Amino acid sequence: MNRQPMNRLATDGAMTRDTPRGPSREEGLPGLVADWGSDQRVFKQVPWGKAMMWLFLLSDIFIFACLLVSYMTVRITSTDPWPDTSEVFALEMGGQHVPLLLIAIMTFVLISSSGTMALAVKYGYERNRWATALLLILTALLGATFVGMQAFEWTKLIQEGARPWGNPWGAAQFGASFFLITGFHGTHVSFGVLFLLIMTVKVARGSLDKQRPGFLTGRKGRYEMVETLGLYWHFVDLVWVFIFAFFYLW
Amino acid sequence: MGEREYDASYQAPPAEVGEMELVHPRTFIGKYIWSQDAKVIAVQYMLTATAIGLVALVLSLVMRLQLGFPNTFSLIDPAEYLQSVSMHGMIMVVYLLTAFFLGGFGNYLIPLMCGARDMVFPYLNMLSYWFYLASVLILAAGFFVPGGASGAGWTLYPPQAISEGTPGVDGGIITMLVSLIVFIAGFTMGGLNYVATVLQARTRGMTLMRLPLTVWGIFMATVLALLAFPALFVACLMLLFDRLLGTSFFLPEMLGMTQEMAREGGSPILFQHLFWFFGHPEVYIVALPAFGIVSDLIATHARKNIFGYRMMVWALIMIGVLSFVVWAHHMFVSGMNPYFGFLFATTTLIIAVPTAIKVYNWVLTLWRGNIHFTLPMLFAIGFLFTFLNGGLSGLFLGNVTVDVPLSDTYFVVGHFHMVMAVAPILVVFGAIYHWYPKITGRMLDETLGKIHFWVTFLGTYLIYYPMHFIGLEGVPRRYYAYGETTFISESVQTLNAVITVAALVVAAAQLLFLFNLVWSYYRGREAGPNPWHATTLEWQTADTPPPHGNFGKELPVVYRWPYDYSVPGVKQDFIPQNVPPQAVEREP
Repeated sequence: MNRQPMNRLATDGAMTRDTPRGPSREEGLPGLVADWGSDQRVFKQVPWGKAMMWLFLLSDIFIFACLLVSYMTVRITSTDPWPDTSEVFALEMGGQHVPLLLIAIMTFVLISSSGTMALAVKYGYERNRWATALLLILTALLGATFVGMQAFEWTKLIQEGARPWGNPWGAAQFGASFFLITGFHGTHVSFGVLFLLIMTVKVARGSLDKQRPGFLTGRKGRYEMVETLGLYWHFVDLVWVFIFAFFYLW
Repeated sequence: MGEREYDASYQAPPAEVGEMELVHPRTFIGKYIWSQDAKVIAVQYMLTATAIGLVALVLSLVMRLQLGFPNTFSLIDPAEYLQSVSMHGMIMVVYLLTAFFLGGFGNYLIPLMCGARDMVFPYLNMLSYWFYLASVLILAAGFFVPGGASGAGWTLYPPQAISEGTPGVDGGIITMLVSLIVFIAGFTMGGLNYVATVLQARTRGMTLMRLPLTVWGIFMATVLALLAFPALFVACLMLLFDRLLGTSFFLPEMLGMTQEMAREGGSPILFQHLFWFFGHPEVYIVALPAFGIVSDLIATHARKNIFGYRMMVWALIMIGVLSFVVWAHHMFVSGMNPYFGFLFATTTLIIAVPTAIKVYNWVLTLWRGNIHFTLPMLFAIGFLFTFLNGGLSGLFLGNVTVDVPLSDTYFVVGHFHMVMAVAPILVVFGAIYHWYPKITGRMLDETLGKIHFWVTFLGTYLIYYPMHFIGLEGVPRRYYAYGETTFISESVQTLNAVITVAALVVAAAQLLFLFNLVWSYYRGREAGPNPWHATTLEWQTADTPPPHGNFGKELPVVYRWPYDYSVPGVKQDFIPQNVPPQAVEREP
């Protein structure tokens, strides 16, 4: 690290720190600090809505992490054996016994919806109103399909005797964790679908092009909103991958 | 230092952030009830927190009367004693201190000190307050449900929190958990605003390293809260499942208990890990804003630049990071693996290093400063003493071998009240005396304030200092009455009586403070825009109190750090942050 000459104090007003600061020319840690702490905005070219969504997702990651770690803990402490998930979540298909069939389709649907969402963001920035609206409604439909299949899965398990406090296959914590984690994730997807539908309406009627103020917030419509919503949607999909890996495959 | 050359052609950097869209309501309800102005939301937060805090204060007095004079008053029975302990703790930590520092001072000071017109998303900010109010009401409803409020202690440890025999297991624990979940949802809405505003909406020239330490403290605390509250959220959700749906996340095999359903295989220690993963950062969620505010109070009222500004910022960040890896020092006696105790004792002692840096820097800021013993300064110095005291007894409790015998005694009660109850609340008072003139336009009464300070400061020492000795005798906490024992000496009862009398006097002084707040609002001396000759942006607003939008037509431009006090060669003893170098009046 280069030491500044001592006479810098006397010449550039370091005592009062009232000299202007341009872009950092320093290297190493001081340069890093100067860049991160730079004027007005930490993340240049990032609208506040997007920054705020990233912060929310960071917080939400901690919630899902706590849920998954708690599930792992009770899986270890439970006194009864843990049910075989590939058997519990198997379907009879044309006389064939297919493990995890429904979950595989659900995962495929949800991951596909991330693709349509990404395209919606792209067309949004190209100001292609109808393509954006179409892709948004497609994303919402795929999300709703996912929630529908989850409802089917819940119904099937409940009919087979699974309850939050017990189930026919083994440790009671299996049902508890299952309903808690998939329920919490399903709530996220459902809210996502709701917001996607609202955003579709906004895009289709041109609120984002005309910068019409929002009904509740009074904020002007912008196409960045599509990307912000996209961030949330991709996050919900990503979390599902972890739930799939740790709850269904393990 | 003599005359220096300045570049007169210097222009501030162009604005990167566009003007904020503000909603300007015209009705009274729009302006003051459903308000989207961060300053109004701040005052709403402060008033609500004060109201519920007074409930907690009364609860503590009821408990003290029982402990100081057993068999004399009989205001409460043993179950109600436990309910009072639990509600007092939960209200004070979460609903008063967290809400007051972040919801109150955070909302008021972040936009003003950063030079922003408002928070980045005012609508969400408004929702945050209404969620907070709902959570307070749900919590208070716990007093009126059948069976009363929860008596599980503020830590809500299962299995006892949701087992038959614990007071409030019928309804109180449910309202408590629901209230916490609503609080966390509401806090997240506010917290995202605070962090996003500091990161993305500062005015021209306001680099992060020119932020007042108050903003740094509140900012770091909010980051901690956004990462720590999720653990509490999950713990509450799972405990609610255990209580309502009959799951057993936290319930091991319960022998000899009358449970409706068979419970086995859960992990009670999991709850403790989740709770303290939130609970320890929570200590710093309360402490970091206090650290930040006290730095500004000391610098302003000692007319001296803060010693080691950069170190202060780094210490805040280090404390924030370390606070996530010390949580299990609350669990030395929980039955976890003893190697964990060793690990967490080590990290706990490491966190003393950045904390000590801060204390040294405050003292060195005072050293040879032009100290004005104004009310904010008195409270700031009071904070230094109580915080240092509480920190030192924390060194005892951070070591496993010393902590084990002291666990659950009055030593612990004395320690955490000193370090995270009295110390932050002294800062809250100091900050109110400091910023009240900006919020209302009038000064608080000096004489009443001095009485308030000395009674509170000396009184809290009278209350909590003896508790350390009572604790060393091995007197356990959370007991309604001690009855006949072989190990508690007579003098403990005398001390308990003294503590109770002191507590009553201190509580009376708080009434004086409330009176001062109301009286000065109408009769206080006019404050003017900058009564303390402070440098930060909130004192440079065109109007006092600042209107919606904070600054006039033009946002201020920042040219310097916030601690230009007593700069050599300059006429005035302070240079506000928004004064350009060319405009500083220098001595010939």
